Amino acid sequence: MIKSTTKSRPVLTRKVKKTASRCLLTLLALPAGMLFLAPLLWMLSTSLKDPRFVFLYPPQLIPDPVRWDNYYKALTNMPFHLYAWNTIQITVLCLIGHLLTASLVAYGFGRLRFPGRDFLFIVLLSTMMLPTQVTLIPTFVIFRYLGWVDTFMPMIVPDWLGGVPFTVFMLRQFITTVPLDLDDAAKIEGCGYFDIYRYIILPMIKPALAMVAVFVFFWNWNDFYYPVIYINSREKWTLNLALNFMKRLDPYGWAFQYVELIMAASVVVMLPCLLVYFLAQKYFMQGIVFTGVKG
Amino acid sequence: MTQMPTSNLPNRKVRREAKASRLPLRLALDRPKRNPTRSSLSRREAIFGYLFISPWLVKLVVFTIGPMLATFVLSFTHFKLGSPIRFVGLDNFARMLTADPSFWDALKVTVTYAAFAVPGGLVLALLAALLMNQNLFLVKVWRTIYYLPAVVSGVAVSLLWIWIFHPEFGLINTALCFVGIEGPGWLVDPDWALPALILMSFWAIGNAMVINLAGLQSVPTELYESASIDGANSWQKFWRITLPMLSPMLFFNLVMGVINTFQYFTNAFVMTQGGPGRATLFYNLYLFMTAFRYYKFSYAAALAWVMFLIILLITLTIFKSSPYWVYYEATRQQRKKR
Repeated sequence: MIKSTTKSRPVLTRKVKKTASRCLLTLLALPAGMLFLAPLLWMLSTSLKDPRFVFLYPPQLIPDPVRWDNYYKALTNMPFHLYAWNTIQITVLCLIGHLLTASLVAYGFGRLRFPGRDFLFIVLLSTMMLPTQVTLIPTFVIFRYLGWVDTFMPMIVPDWLGGVPFTVFMLRQFITTVPLDLDDAAKIEGCGYFDIYRYIILPMIKPALAMVAVFVFFWNWNDFYYPVIYINSREKWTLNLALNFMKRLDPYGWAFQYVELIMAASVVVMLPCLLVYFLAQKYFMQGIVFTGVKG
Repeated sequence: MTQMPTSNLPNRKVRREAKASRLPLRLALDRPKRNPTRSSLSRREAIFGYLFISPWLVKLVVFTIGPMLATFVLSFTHFKLGSPIRFVGLDNFARMLTADPSFWDALKVTVTYAAFAVPGGLVLALLAALLMNQNLFLVKVWRTIYYLPAVVSGVAVSLLWIWIFHPEFGLINTALCFVGIEGPGWLVDPDWALPALILMSFWAIGNAMVINLAGLQSVPTELYESASIDGANSWQKFWRITLPMLSPMLFFNLVMGVINTFQYFTNAFVMTQGGPGRATLFYNLYLFMTAFRYYKFSYAAALAWVMFLIILLITLTIFKSSPYWVYYEATRQQRKKR
């Protein structure tokens, strides 16, 4: 009898203490979480507001007449379907080229032995940290000479030439984890190096390819630097260029009266990224972790 | 685990070679055997090797090494598209250092941003990761929310923050008004424009946070347990176990933070165009304007190389300092084995 009463009290307080500390920590996480979410919610709220209620103090948190037609107005006032198509073209072509060539190069570095391989790999790694500005101007001159300024080529071609050193590095690390026995078995069956690449390596590194695909999509969808340098004509604008034009030149100028339209357009441009994030969250996270842990 | 070809197991000779070549052991073990070109099989493998990496080799020569050298040469010239190149020696650099206040402003802006945004971001990402590593309710939801801002980027985010920083009706000044503080002009105030951008950078610490979180979760729990047995309190555990085990991630985040600061462009271009005045004239933006707005290609080339040297210096300093504070468990184990 005495045993049971002395045992029950410590267990109860430990459990209560644990839950209490859990609650406390969760409460700690709450304000920061609100801070992270608030801008996005604010953007959503503004995008659905009636223009008369946008510039108000105190602000109208939940839009009262919910204006779904803001989205329609925002997307039709400039040919956004054209800009979306441009952006999609660039992104898809870059994706295909990047996945193909980066895996080819990674296979070369990861599996095949040739003199100078390690030296070249170290060169590859060091170009990872090279700032783009050092190669920018002559590259621009080259593209100008080729007549590729004001086309999509300057943004697509580099992705077909082995992609980005980081993705090659990532794929190469994955390829080195594929067991060599599979290679040997294939060689016995009479496969050449390219067949091994196509039928063995590629299927085995699908997760890594998914990670690379997510990165490339994000990088190209959100790219602003290269389009602003290379694209001049309006029909060839990407979504980011179009968004930049929506606000005209100065941030709070006359175009800013239509901030609800600007927010609506921004939401639409952000949506694919959010979609890809939620669908491919696993690969996303794995990719980010890979950069930090192996990088 | 890396699969090693059986004939290349580390014997003393290979290890000596590896040490002499200063390559990590793993890379050294993959080196071709002596006289690789003797066998036609090796030769075939080598040819295919070069073939497979040829896209990257082309890019290396045409788009990396070539342009780097060209930028270097260009910085000593006076080049205008269409007219012949004139060699002017150190003129560009002299002008940069003496007669160009924008250059010094750009440097000041970029370095100030780096000085505040990078360490601040590191600390916040660390704190966020520590919090996300705890046993919270709905921890997966919190992790998603904390990471979400880093998912969206580009001009859409810049536009959003222009609106948030609106001096009268933006989110921040409205919130400040609620507590009775009159908010500053943010993007239109020369003293507050850069702090605004620094604040904005703290919103997107999700990437660094995830990396830190992965690092935190990879710390072996035995370390914490044995520390508890030895009587360590939470602070000691953090300082002596967590931080050292996390130092590679912090190192990585630091280097990437510095490199990214010099690449800062979109926000400065979209939100302020370098203004008001030159308060947010980031170096990359200044370079862009010099090259593509004023068409002063050779001066821009000079700017590019100065930037490259600065980044190189900073990165080398960070690397050189790393043995003093970065703790790599893997290398320690390797050293123990020998």
